[in-house]
Amino acid sequence: MRDWIPAFAGMTNALGPRSAGTANATMTPDFSRTHFELLGLPASFAVDASQLERRYRDLQSQVHPDRFAAASEAERRVAMQFATRANEAYRTLRDPVGRARYLLSLKGYDTGEESNTAMPPDFLMQQMEWREAAGEARAAGDTAALESLRAELADARAEMLGMLARALDGDRNYDAGCSLVRKLRFLEKLDEEIDDALELIHERG
Amino acid sequence: MALLQISEPGESPDPHQHRLAVGIDLGTTHSLVATVRSGTAEVIGDEQDRPLLPSIVRYFRDAPPQVGYEARAVQADDPANTIVSVKRFMGRGVADVAKYGALPYHFVEAPGMVAIETAAGRRSPVQVSADILKVLRERAEQALGGELMGAVITVPAYFDDAQRQATKDAGRLAGLNVLRLLNEPTAAAIAYGLDHASEGTFAVFDLGGGTFDISILRLTRGVFEVLATNGDSALGGDDFDQAIATHWRVGHGLADGAGGDTRRLLAAAREVKEKLSFQEQADAQVVFSYNLKLRLHLTRAEFEQITAPLVQKTLGPTRKALRDAKLDVADIDGVVLVGGATRMPHLQRAVEQFFGQPPLKDLDPDQVVALGAAIQANVLAGNRAPGDDWLLLDVIPLSLGLETMGGLVERVVPRNSTIPVARAQEFTTFKDGQTAMAIHVVQGERELVSDCRSLARFELRGIPPMVAGAARIQVTFQVDADGLLSVSAREKGTGIESSIVVKPSYGLTDDEVARMLQAGFAHAAEDRDARALGEQRVEAEALLASVKAALAKDADLLDAAERAALDAAMQALDAARGGSDHRAIKAAAEALNHASERFASRRMDRAISGALAGRRVDEVSK
Repeated sequence: MRDWIPAFAGMTNALGPRSAGTANATMTPDFSRTHFELLGLPASFAVDASQLERRYRDLQSQVHPDRFAAASEAERRVAMQFATRANEAYRTLRDPVGRARYLLSLKGYDTGEESNTAMPPDFLMQQMEWREAAGEARAAGDTAALESLRAELADARAEMLGMLARALDGDRNYDAGCSLVRKLRFLEKLDEEIDDALELIHERG
Repeated sequence: MALLQISEPGESPDPHQHRLAVGIDLGTTHSLVATVRSGTAEVIGDEQDRPLLPSIVRYFRDAPPQVGYEARAVQADDPANTIVSVKRFMGRGVADVAKYGALPYHFVEAPGMVAIETAAGRRSPVQVSADILKVLRERAEQALGGELMGAVITVPAYFDDAQRQATKDAGRLAGLNVLRLLNEPTAAAIAYGLDHASEGTFAVFDLGGGTFDISILRLTRGVFEVLATNGDSALGGDDFDQAIATHWRVGHGLADGAGGDTRRLLAAAREVKEKLSFQEQADAQVVFSYNLKLRLHLTRAEFEQITAPLVQKTLGPTRKALRDAKLDVADIDGVVLVGGATRMPHLQRAVEQFFGQPPLKDLDPDQVVALGAAIQANVLAGNRAPGDDWLLLDVIPLSLGLETMGGLVERVVPRNSTIPVARAQEFTTFKDGQTAMAIHVVQGERELVSDCRSLARFELRGIPPMVAGAARIQVTFQVDADGLLSVSAREKGTGIESSIVVKPSYGLTDDEVARMLQAGFAHAAEDRDARALGEQRVEAEALLASVKAALAKDADLLDAAERAALDAAMQALDAARGGSDHRAIKAAAEALNHASERFASRRMDRAISGALAGRRVDEVSK
């Protein structure tokens, strides 16, 4: 048994814009750029996916350690740090929920996905129904029911992402944005559980 | 070399200088070395022009080891000293190798990794692998007529950190400058993709002698992006041989056992297995040590029946890789087969059935990995031709985490993260006044620490006494482009910082490598010193030249004090390289590297800013 516990279990990697993904006492390159700045994109929820991908690739073409394999140790280290940073920026911005969470953190809002579990009653009801349906389908080994539930979740997610775009880029209602991110995180978790259940059923043949 | 490459990434400062670099496929049953000559990747054969080198090493009391075909020919006569399939033991402990059943070796537990007692003394799998690599290095240096600048060594994508570290150590021990560890399926994709100018999403199905990998890659406009990888680092062609041997043992009432007879039986099984890829039935004759002569027979139908579970075992990881890539079978544009074991017809049928399309197999499955590694080595060495521009983005195969309360794993870096990657996680103290914290780093997908592989343990000490829960310990994982991990931890709650950077415990330190090199009889002590001195001088010269070039371009990035410190470090190295102490030159070079790191970072930053500024304003601000 260990004599310590995770301090912030929910802090999977909620690194602030100024601390970057490589927070480390021994590595101190200038990482003052935000993920958006690093990739040369406007700081908005709406992102052109193909442009994001192109920018990321352009950046990696410049900084990736493969470009510096024959260079000095100092340069190899620096390349690793910059490439790490580029990967972190791309990973965060590519995922709409991650992008929203990050954008909110830039505005000084913490989405509080682990600490704040308060949800509006109607969403709580919906949650319980979905969970129940997932549990029953899993127990019955009913892959069709699981698949249709997954499709239902995908629809709900698409709708929420639309609301998120309006809240962040339109109304600038960041409290609403935080609440939507929390709901979306719940959907993601349930989707992962359904995936696990499908996998399990598949393995049992 | 060096700082110049920030403005001209990947291009050699001297365009006329071709640096000798090779790709090495260090396989379970065979190893190969390949290089790029006149723009074409080719495997370098031995003096009889045989491309493969059997990965078999025989040790003697008073003579250098025998490697390759010679050792293979006598493996049944001297099984205890003839090491086959050593790759399976890399980075593994006694408990791990026990699952391979009775083996004819005398295993001993050594720190971090199993070792084998041989006539030549105790040998770790790293040393045995280094003996294979040395033969390939010498073969390449002879064929290319010079010393190698560096090598890319391939590893199964599903190799964990311990196995990767062991492979890199073996390369260093063989006197190679390891430019990169490259995942085998990724190497195959490079060879295949560049050869066919392919675009799209591909699955690389790689069943080698001892390992299975499945990687899903996207190839677009010169970028090879690995989306997900999965596999089984203890499943390969060897297991099919074992299944046949077991079938015969049961059928003929043969006794179990290790030693020469097992080797004879396995060699016969392998022979029959290979024949069954082309014919409906096959047989082999085995003469056992107790004077029993047997003709052993097998039909293809029998073979397919007894090995069906092994074929099935490849499909679970394949499904998982697709799921991690968030793709369906229908999204896959092509399936590439790699590894000798993919020649088996029933395996090909299973792959075809799973993906709903016939697999691509036009490149030699034995050679394709080494060819891809050679292409990558050529680029990394700086031999890239202008316009010949492509980028490789690979992933880490297994999640990395820390042990927390109750023996549970707290995941820090999820599997299939694009490397290099760094993640930080915060922890706190559990007891009032606690001043130290034990940190246990593990790798694997399971929830319990006991089901994952233990990579390293270290302690963070000097935490100021506080009430439970007040300390904030940040643990940072950094995975580099080779997929190798280093971990650091610091307490940041009170402003008092303490930090430690660990290399996993099985890794060899520079001193250990030096000692092991000394223990070998490849070079006399004076030779080694002379060689080291020559190497250090060349490196010092290149480093000085690159810093000077960087200063000529970007000196304005430094303030007076920084400039003075850099100048002093340059002068110190300049003075040291005139002397004859290679250690002093190395120390001065390290000091200059350290002094120039911030400069290198600002130069990189400027290069990125330049690229950003070069874009049209309306494009950036939308």
